[in-house]
Amino acid sequence: MKRRYVSIWFRHLVADWLTRKRPELAGAPFVTATPERGRMVVKAVSMAAHAKGIQTGMVVADCRAILPELKVIDDIPGKPEQLLTSLAEWCLRFTPVAAVDMPDGVMLDVSGCAHLWGGEPAYLKEVHGRLSQLGYDVRIAIADTIGTAWAVARYGRIGPIIAPGGNADALFNLPPAALRLEPGIVERLEKLGLYRIRDFIKMPRSALRRRFGPTLLTRIDQAWGKETEAIEPVQPVQQYQERLPCMEPIRTATGISIALKQLLEKLCNRLGTEEKGLRTCVFTCYRIDGNLQQIGIGTNRPTRNAGHLFKLFEEKIQRLEPRLGFEQFDLSAPIVESLTTTQEALWRVAANKNEAAVAELLDRITCKIGNGTYKRYLPDEHYWPERSVKVATEFNEKAQTTWQINLPRPTCLLEKPERIDVSVPLPDYPPMLFRHRGSLHKVARADGPERIEQEWWIEEGTYRDYYCLEDEQGARYWVFRSGDYAETEPEWYIHGHFS
Amino acid sequence: MDLSTSKQAITKQLQKEVLEMQGYKRAVGEHLLDTGLGEIGMSFPDGRFPTAAVHEFISYATEEAAATVGFMSGILGRLMQNGGACLWVTPKNTVFPPALVQYGIEPHRIIFAEISKPKDLLWTVEEGLKCEALCAVVGDLSELGFTESRRLQLAVEQSKIPGFIHRQKPRSENTVACYTRWKIKPLPSNAIQDLPGIGYPRWEVQLLKVRNGKPGKWIVEWKGGDLSFVQTPTIALPLVSKLMAG
Repeated sequence: MKRRYVSIWFRHLVADWLTRKRPELAGAPFVTATPERGRMVVKAVSMAAHAKGIQTGMVVADCRAILPELKVIDDIPGKPEQLLTSLAEWCLRFTPVAAVDMPDGVMLDVSGCAHLWGGEPAYLKEVHGRLSQLGYDVRIAIADTIGTAWAVARYGRIGPIIAPGGNADALFNLPPAALRLEPGIVERLEKLGLYRIRDFIKMPRSALRRRFGPTLLTRIDQAWGKETEAIEPVQPVQQYQERLPCMEPIRTATGISIALKQLLEKLCNRLGTEEKGLRTCVFTCYRIDGNLQQIGIGTNRPTRNAGHLFKLFEEKIQRLEPRLGFEQFDLSAPIVESLTTTQEALWRVAANKNEAAVAELLDRITCKIGNGTYKRYLPDEHYWPERSVKVATEFNEKAQTTWQINLPRPTCLLEKPERIDVSVPLPDYPPMLFRHRGSLHKVARADGPERIEQEWWIEEGTYRDYYCLEDEQGARYWVFRSGDYAETEPEWYIHGHFS
Repeated sequence: MDLSTSKQAITKQLQKEVLEMQGYKRAVGEHLLDTGLGEIGMSFPDGRFPTAAVHEFISYATEEAAATVGFMSGILGRLMQNGGACLWVTPKNTVFPPALVQYGIEPHRIIFAEISKPKDLLWTVEEGLKCEALCAVVGDLSELGFTESRRLQLAVEQSKIPGFIHRQKPRSENTVACYTRWKIKPLPSNAIQDLPGIGYPRWEVQLLKVRNGKPGKWIVEWKGGDLSFVQTPTIALPLVSKLMAG
C-alpha cells in the first residue's frame, strides 16, 4: 500500500493553549518568556503579537519597544512536548499511528485511513476543523513522504494535498529550510545564492556532499521518498484493536455497555478466526472535550469469551466520567496468546470446563478487588515451617513435590511466633506450664521434640525444637524452643494451634 | 409382619410429605457424596448431610477456631475427593496448608482469597457460591446479617455447592438463614494404647440448629482419616427436656 503522511504544524502552540485556558487573552498580543543570561527571552508568541513582527528568540525589552502594550507571561518549561504528546494521542481518532514531531508539530501516518472519511479533502477538512474548534491555529499537508508533508505544511504556498508521486513538483519552489536542515547548512546555501530547492537539486550529489555534508543528501532522499523514514508512534500500534465512533455523544452507562458489547463481539470474532485469546484488554473512551479515559482488565488464561470479558468490564464502567459524552470508543488487546479451537474444546470437557469456570471466577475477583487477592499454596522442599509452602505463581502450576504427611503440623499457624513464658522441669523436656497472652495453660500431654535446623545458606540463626502440647482443657498447641540451654536462657515461642 | 411393613412404609411416606409441606426439598442433582459424618448424618431430615446448603460454624477462642477448621476440613476432604477446587475466603489466612493433608485434602487445590473489607468478602463468598465448578466455599467472617445469609442460601440452592461460614468471635449469635449452626470445641485426647503423648484430635461437636432435623451433641475423634465416635450420641431434644424439667 502506498504510504501517506499528514503533517500538522501548530503555528502558535503554547499561545493557543494559553488562550484556551484563559479566554481573556483571545486576540491580545502576548508572549511567554523565560530568563536567560540575565534577560527575558521570548519562547512563544501569540498570533496578534506575531503579526506585529515579534518572533521567538527576541528579548522582551526589544519586543516592548515595538509593541508597548505587549503582555508577558512566564514560560512553562517542557510544555510544548507535553501538549504535543496529548495532541498526538488525541489524533489517534484519525489514524492508529500518530507521532510527536518536535518542536511544534504532529505527524500522522494515514495510509489507508482517508477513505473512511470520504477521501483526502474531506479527511483534511475534518482534522483541520476539529483542531481549529479546539482553538489551535494549524497548517496541514498530506503527502507521500514525511519530508514533503512537513515542508508543504510549513512553507508551501500551494494546496495541502500533494498527489501521490508529486513530491518533486511540490518541493521545487520551496526554500532549503523546508528540507529540515540545520540552520548552519541553510545559511551556507543562502550565502551561495541557493534560495530555492530547484537551484541545487540538479547539482551532482558528490559536490553537494563535499560542500554541505551527508545530512543534506539524506534529507533530500527522505523528502523524495528514495529513503524510508520511520516515525515513533506516541502509542505502540495495537494489532488487535477495534474502534467505534458515535454519531452522537454517549453519556449513559447503558450506552457505554452497548458500545462495549459491540466492540467485544467484533474483537472476539476476530480472535476466533485467528485462533487467539486475549490476556489483557483495554477499553478507551474519547470524551468530547478531548479528555481520554481508560479501563483495563486482565485474565488468568487466554480467552475470547465475549460474555465473560463483558462481566469483567461491567464492574468498572461506573468509574468512567462521561460528562458531556464520549464520541469514540476503542478496544484493544495488548497481550494476546494463541488459543486454538482444539484447546478451547479441551477446556469444555467436563473436568476442564470446571477449570475454565474457576478461572473466570478468579478473573472477576481480581477485577473487583484487586491484584494478588487470591493465592494457592504449593509444597516447597524445606522443613522450616515458614518456608515449607510457597505461593503458586501460575494459575495452572502443578506441585513439584508431594506434601509431607508424616510430621505433625498445626492447622492454624501464627503469622509470627509469639513469645511465651514457660516452666520446664529439665532441659530438652517439654514445658509443664506456659503463659500466653496473659492466660496460664497447664500442660497435660506433650509430644516432641522435633528439631528443625535453620538453613544456614538462607538465614542465620539457631535451630528450633518443636513440641506439641495439650493443656488440661484439651486445646493443642505447637510451641518451640529457640536454641539450647548452653550459656543463655533460650526463648520459647508458640507457633500454631492444632485442631 | 405384612401389616408392620406397610405401616413403616406409610410412616415414611407421611414423613416425606410432611417434609415437603414444610418446604424441605432435596435438590435434584445434588451430589450424593458420603461426607463421612456417620451418625451425625442421622440428625438431618433424610439422614444425609445436605451439600446444597450453607453451614454456619461459630467459634470464640483461637483454640476453638483451630478445632472448627479441623472439623470443616474433614468434611471438605470428602467433598473434594473427586477433584476440583475449593475457595477459602478469609480476611487473613491462618490455615497452614500442609496440615490439611491429614484431612484428605490436597492443599494446592484450595484457593485462598484474602480480602480485608467485609463487604467485598461477602461479595466474593456469594460469587464463589454461584460458581458450580467449585467443590465448596469457605468464608471466614465474624458478622453475618440475616439478609446476607439469605442471599448466600439462595445462591447455594441454585448452584448446589456447599458453603461453610466460619464466624470467629461474632458479636452476637443472631438468627441467620443458614441451614445449620455448629460449634466445635477441642477436648483432651485419649492416649493411644497407653502410650505417652497426645492422642488423636478429639472434639465436642455441637449441632445447635438444623432445619427440619434434630440438633445433637457428639464427641468425636479424627482417627486415620475418618471421624470416629467416642460415645453414643445423645440427641438433645430441647422441647422434651424442657417439658420434663418444667
